[in-house]
Amino acid sequence: MSKKDSNLLNLVLTLFIIAALAAILLALVNKITSGPIADAQQQKEKDALQKVLPSFTDLKTIYIANIDGSDSLKVYEAISNGSVVGYAVNTYTMQGFNGRIEVMVGFDTTLTIINTEVINQAETPGLGDKITKPDFREQFKGKNPENFILKVKKDKGDVDAITASTITSRAFCDALDRAYRSLKAWKGGA
Amino acid sequence: MNQWQNFTKGILKENPVLVLVLGMCPALATTSSAINGLGMGLAFTFVLALSNVIISAVRKMVPNIIRIPIFIVIIATFVTIVDMVMHAYVPDLYKALGIFIPLIVVNCIVLGRAEAFASKNNILSSLVDGLGMGVGFTLLLTVLGSIREILGAGSIFGYKFIAPTADGILVFILAPGAFLTLAILMALNNLYKNKTSKTTKNS
Amino acid sequence: MEYVIIIISAIFISNVVLTQFLGICPFLGVSQKMSTAIGMGAAVVFVLTLATLVTYIVYYALLAPLHLQYLQTIAFILIIASLVQMVEIIIKKISQSLYQALGIYLPLITTNCAVLGVALLVIIKNYNLGESLVYAVSIGIGFGLALIIMAGLRERLEFSNLPKAFQGAPIALILAGILSLAFMGFTGII
Repeated sequence: MSKKDSNLLNLVLTLFIIAALAAILLALVNKITSGPIADAQQQKEKDALQKVLPSFTDLKTIYIANIDGSDSLKVYEAISNGSVVGYAVNTYTMQGFNGRIEVMVGFDTTLTIINTEVINQAETPGLGDKITKPDFREQFKGKNPENFILKVKKDKGDVDAITASTITSRAFCDALDRAYRSLKAWKGGA
Repeated sequence: MNQWQNFTKGILKENPVLVLVLGMCPALATTSSAINGLGMGLAFTFVLALSNVIISAVRKMVPNIIRIPIFIVIIATFVTIVDMVMHAYVPDLYKALGIFIPLIVVNCIVLGRAEAFASKNNILSSLVDGLGMGVGFTLLLTVLGSIREILGAGSIFGYKFIAPTADGILVFILAPGAFLTLAILMALNNLYKNKTSKTTKNS
Repeated sequence: MEYVIIIISAIFISNVVLTQFLGICPFLGVSQKMSTAIGMGAAVVFVLTLATLVTYIVYYALLAPLHLQYLQTIAFILIIASLVQMVEIIIKKISQSLYQALGIYLPLITTNCAVLGVALLVIIKNYNLGESLVYAVSIGIGFGLALIIMAGLRERLEFSNLPKAFQGAPIALILAGILSLAFMGFTGII
């Protein structure tokens, strides 16, 4: 292919130069694109908040302890006319079929679920990713986890799992359950 | 061959998927809808055209022994750029295509054209070759995606033309449908090829 | 996730070739005879597991701590290409018979999207090292299984009278489509 001499110096030098150029180019593009990527994620959260909370005039961000882990969960306190009208918990589960699923759950002040919205997931298209469709999540609206057991029916709970996607359905319940219990613990002490 | 022939050969005569039987994985996996097929094809064309150009540009400076790793680094760099840019500016398409964006780097078409063409031809010819193959690939993916979307979901490019709650013939947007539809497209292309070669033989 | 679920879903439910569309090129190219199918299957299991092991370690020990995740694609493919090269050299030296059986398939495996695909997937799915290796082995077995079934079918077809337009790749794809349809029956078992 080339007339270049194949001695060791040329080999190492060429490899090094090309690799270095590649690394610099990539670092540059990474810098340029990390802004829009973060913005898109923030926008997703904002849109989710609109869907899971009642109308609010103010939003306060708090961090509560994750009852199942050592990290903390981000909670948005929705305020209207000076009083708290709801809480949106940015919760997650690691038990998804394809890893992490992030869900925004809206609770009212009695800790009844207003609505849910999936923010990030990588589940199987056509099967597990049905958690993003309203059909599956309809059943959670207006339910209080105190008397609506957040487990799939197979596990003696009250949740109708998605056909052939039990694992994803279970994971979704896990995320909701984490949010509920963490919020309850935080409120109980607050 | 002139540049026009160079460009058009990738569209039908040497179409990478139908004729060379390369790049099957993305052709099957990303064509559940027309827009996904189109998006994948465009991302692929970008990588193929640019890596062809760069590889052609450095072809005289790279010792023969390490040419494969060098090709890989160059191709992988452009793939990573496409990946990051798509994540930032078209996140929905990015999610839909998933790991098939980084998998462009092992797409036999890209490495194959680098080895067979770009490393032996000048920059312009390599660019045209890359664009031609890319257009052929994109056309095929878009057609395949359109057929699967029309039959499987009753829509085209997201515009649904059957009743809003009706389903199409679901199998076409699932795995088996991909195999079957591509098989038929290939067979049709073979039929066409056999017919035209017969007429040239007889003339 | 439980290992049993990983194994069953990797081999049957999300079969790498028939459902996830990875590894199609070698699947079509090497499935005409049973002997080549078995050889390729074994080589893939081996390379898949080794590649997953090394890329996993490099990702978590090197790329993540240094926030260089965007170099993942380049790093992984270079690792895979070098691994395959080294393995081929080693096998050639150690055992001529093993080389005859496996070695010739090895260069083909570098561009097998299943190898890079699995390396990327275990990071996305957030598996630990043990789960990643179990997943890799199971995917390899699933690949081998699909390959062997396909070879059996194609060997039978050799004596049929196919229309000229369907000979070669088209009929192989139709077979794959029917196999994929059959494997869809497994989705309900977990």
